Amino acid sequence: MSADFLYGIEVIINGLMAGVLYALVALGFVLIFKASGIFNFAQGVMALFAALTLVGIMEGQVPFAHLINAVFGTSIHHFGWQVPAILAIFLTVLVMIAFAWAVQHFVFRHLVGQEPIILFMATIGLAYFLEGVGDLMWGSSIRTLALGLPQGGSIWVEEMTNGLGGDDFYGFFIDKLDMVATLVALVLVAGLVAFAQYTKQGRAMRAVADDHQAALSVGISLSYIWVLVWSLAGIVALVAGVMWGAKSGVQFSLSLIALKALPVLMLGGFTSIPGAIVGGMIIGVGEKLFEFTIGAPYLGGATENWFAYMLALVFLVFRPQGLFGERIIERV
Amino acid sequence: MLYREAGDFKTSYQADSQTFPIAFDRWRYWAVLVIAFCVVPFFVNAYWANAILVPFLIYAIAAIGLNILTGYCGQVSLGTGGFMAVGAYACYKLMTSFPDVSIVIHIILAGGITAAVGAAFGLPSLRIKGFYLAVATLAAQFFLVWMFNKVSWFYNYSASGQINAPERFVAGIAVTGPNTAPWAQYMICLVFLTICALIARNLTRGTIGRSWMAIRDMDIAAEIIGVNPLKAKLTAFAVSSFFIGISGALFFAVYLGAVEVGEAFGIQKSFLVLFMIIIGGLGSLFGSFAGAAFLVLLPVALKVIGVDLLGWPTDLVAHLQLVIVGALIMFFLIKEPHGLAQLWRLAKEKLRLWPFPY
Amino acid sequence: MDGAAPYVTADGRQIGGVLMDMRGITLRFGGVEAIKNISFDIREGEIRAIIGPNGAGKSSMLNVISGFYHPQDGEVWFRGEKRKPMKPYQVARLGIARTFQNIALFEGMSVLDNIMTGRLTHMKTGLLAQAIWKGRAEAEEVANREIVEKVIDFLEIQAIRKTPVGRLPYGLKKRVELARALAAEPKLLLLDEPMAGMNVEEKEDMSRFILDVNDEFGTTIALIEHDMGVVMDLSDRVVVMDYGRKIGDGTPDEVRNNQEVIDAYLGVAHD
Repeated sequence: MSADFLYGIEVIINGLMAGVLYALVALGFVLIFKASGIFNFAQGVMALFAALTLVGIMEGQVPFAHLINAVFGTSIHHFGWQVPAILAIFLTVLVMIAFAWAVQHFVFRHLVGQEPIILFMATIGLAYFLEGVGDLMWGSSIRTLALGLPQGGSIWVEEMTNGLGGDDFYGFFIDKLDMVATLVALVLVAGLVAFAQYTKQGRAMRAVADDHQAALSVGISLSYIWVLVWSLAGIVALVAGVMWGAKSGVQFSLSLIALKALPVLMLGGFTSIPGAIVGGMIIGVGEKLFEFTIGAPYLGGATENWFAYMLALVFLVFRPQGLFGERIIERV
Repeated sequence: MLYREAGDFKTSYQADSQTFPIAFDRWRYWAVLVIAFCVVPFFVNAYWANAILVPFLIYAIAAIGLNILTGYCGQVSLGTGGFMAVGAYACYKLMTSFPDVSIVIHIILAGGITAAVGAAFGLPSLRIKGFYLAVATLAAQFFLVWMFNKVSWFYNYSASGQINAPERFVAGIAVTGPNTAPWAQYMICLVFLTICALIARNLTRGTIGRSWMAIRDMDIAAEIIGVNPLKAKLTAFAVSSFFIGISGALFFAVYLGAVEVGEAFGIQKSFLVLFMIIIGGLGSLFGSFAGAAFLVLLPVALKVIGVDLLGWPTDLVAHLQLVIVGALIMFFLIKEPHGLAQLWRLAKEKLRLWPFPY
Repeated sequence: MDGAAPYVTADGRQIGGVLMDMRGITLRFGGVEAIKNISFDIREGEIRAIIGPNGAGKSSMLNVISGFYHPQDGEVWFRGEKRKPMKPYQVARLGIARTFQNIALFEGMSVLDNIMTGRLTHMKTGLLAQAIWKGRAEAEEVANREIVEKVIDFLEIQAIRKTPVGRLPYGLKKRVELARALAAEPKLLLLDEPMAGMNVEEKEDMSRFILDVNDEFGTTIALIEHDMGVVMDLSDRVVVMDYGRKIGDGTPDEVRNNQEVIDAYLGVAHD
């Protein structure tokens, strides 16, 4: 097999791995959208916020230290302890649940029944707000996440595949972290599906997704379910934030990368969990392959910035409901 | 003078549909124009022009543009930054390719080119709606910025990748370049804003404006009563982009002078202009002004209070600003989806009846 | 077509030739046949009712006429010409206006602006002229405003001219919707349940308006209505639909005595 071809395959595999991360963020979108019809633009920022919170707690940082110092003239910054990772993750989950409750209680409870586009714009506001709060709480410098996740290329894979090509080919380079991320994503999806299928809350969640009024009339508390899905989305965001943060540091650009989950959803359809995953793969592979074959050689590179959006745009014009979405029959 | 419509009778449909039906409003409108054109230019200094007045005038044009698309026609766009970039780069290419032609023509042409680009990116709006379209306009945002970064023809192969506005004159007075007087910057932006606002007012009160609003309120019904949806949406995209292109050209040529595309016209700019029309009021020209003024003044006010008065570090104030803007957006969407313009309208209704509440 | 000769009704209205002719219309959604091979005609100047139980396919039929649904089979003839498949806005330009079962007004606009949208098909000024406003655009606006004011007078809604539509009660909304359709000066006016959800007084008002429109402007009207009393009083001829089929067609008296129609409405005893 020729080396170029094998490198092409490597690009595809790496694209799949990146796609898993897109799919992880997209999953959070789907959860909230299904249950409440809110298209949550802030999902990416939630991932950033969750990762920031995790780092902050682990390092024993004092929240809002910057603000407190400015107001009271103190100079506090750290509590002086280190929190073990497991406990820190638990605390971060609690923070995300509190956030979910606050979002539901202070914002979206007052917007029930509004047009989807108004809700969408509100989530853009939420994204700004949360970004600011994250910066205020933990500072805006780039942070490294030291969870002890494996990093770097997998030598095992490289050695196993070294023999495939000729002298020009040194085996596939695959990041161990990506492999972990894929594994975690699979577990997370399986967990979510099991939760939705087999628990009482899960059934209520699906009922709400199907029909708000009907769910209300059989005694399901809408606001409880909404807090629940926002919490779940927060946990999914935490996972996505951790994976991404471990890969490229916890910083603002994380929330921009997470925006790519939007085209993923447009491909996969907003209501479909398998759609989110398949869409993530298509975008991940598509943009890497496009950059490898056309972008870098002919267009000056960095086409990943827009390829996903263009793909989704072109795709939507021909199939507005996405890959797995249902066809809409318009009525008067 | 009393703020009343009583005794102010209209004897023609023309008079009945004028912009300011109440006499007092008409007087105030002329007063504002006179002050803006004849008084302010004599007092404006570099700080006021740079920090407040010029950005306000330019953002007001952009906000009017986006309001036509989003507020009047109901199509949310997150591509404003990208379209402003088109205006800026079109203006730059025209300025350097045809140095003998007046800058005013260049700016108008830059608006025209942006209108064409905007209409092209508006084509999908026929098939996709709501936030699907909003996400699709992100394609325009990211693609355009990438293009102006990578294709060196657009920045005349300069090593820095920046574009710099050469010095240009209107009636012998420098309006671009390093030697521009603050009042000249102010005046050219003011003239463009006034004309844009008049055009926007005329378009939104007539047939086209009504077809836009019909599409916004109920697109299916609009089509059944005879609105051609493709035509209505594309004209909205084109007209909106025309204004946004002009604002981009002014932003580059008159205000900044030198531009690096990712920094000046990134996605943050799209959000900023969107926030202006949400806070100011969707579907209201006055709201475009109010929102632009508010979001230009807010950072200045925060800086004055936070940094100068309280002595807080700048980055802390910047973070606070994010929190405040985000919270305001949510607050307005919850409490007053029609923004400052609606608050203003309510105040006027109260004033009309004052001192009797009914 | 038999009986297509013009005649004068008992109350002195002129009924002309065939205005609209539906021939063998069949409409399917996936596997469901909403309309099965239906033919009927609407004559100039008459009030034509389409009735039938819920789900009979009446609204679908109206949607076919206004170009919103495209039938898989059959032909639509309008003013002696076969109509090509066209978009709803093109149908509107032919002179077919309608109201909707669930009011479809533009909630963000005033009553006046809503009714002015009815004039869109008659307003031709280009973008540039409108941007300048003074001159052609303003003249056109005023000319069309005069027509709209006539409609406003006719429907007695002068007082709410500048009120935002969202603030109006249900009955008035229905009237504004009728005004919007009338402002288009249509050749054929389609009314989808104009009296649904109204009280007796409002129904009487609406009936009066429908009769006046037909009488004074000679507008041809096709309407769907559930209130049998109203239908029998207002209409010249009635089409009865049931499960997508046509089961009756004729004058109110003929339809009233049609056994199949009686069965459809009252139900049949199954042994």
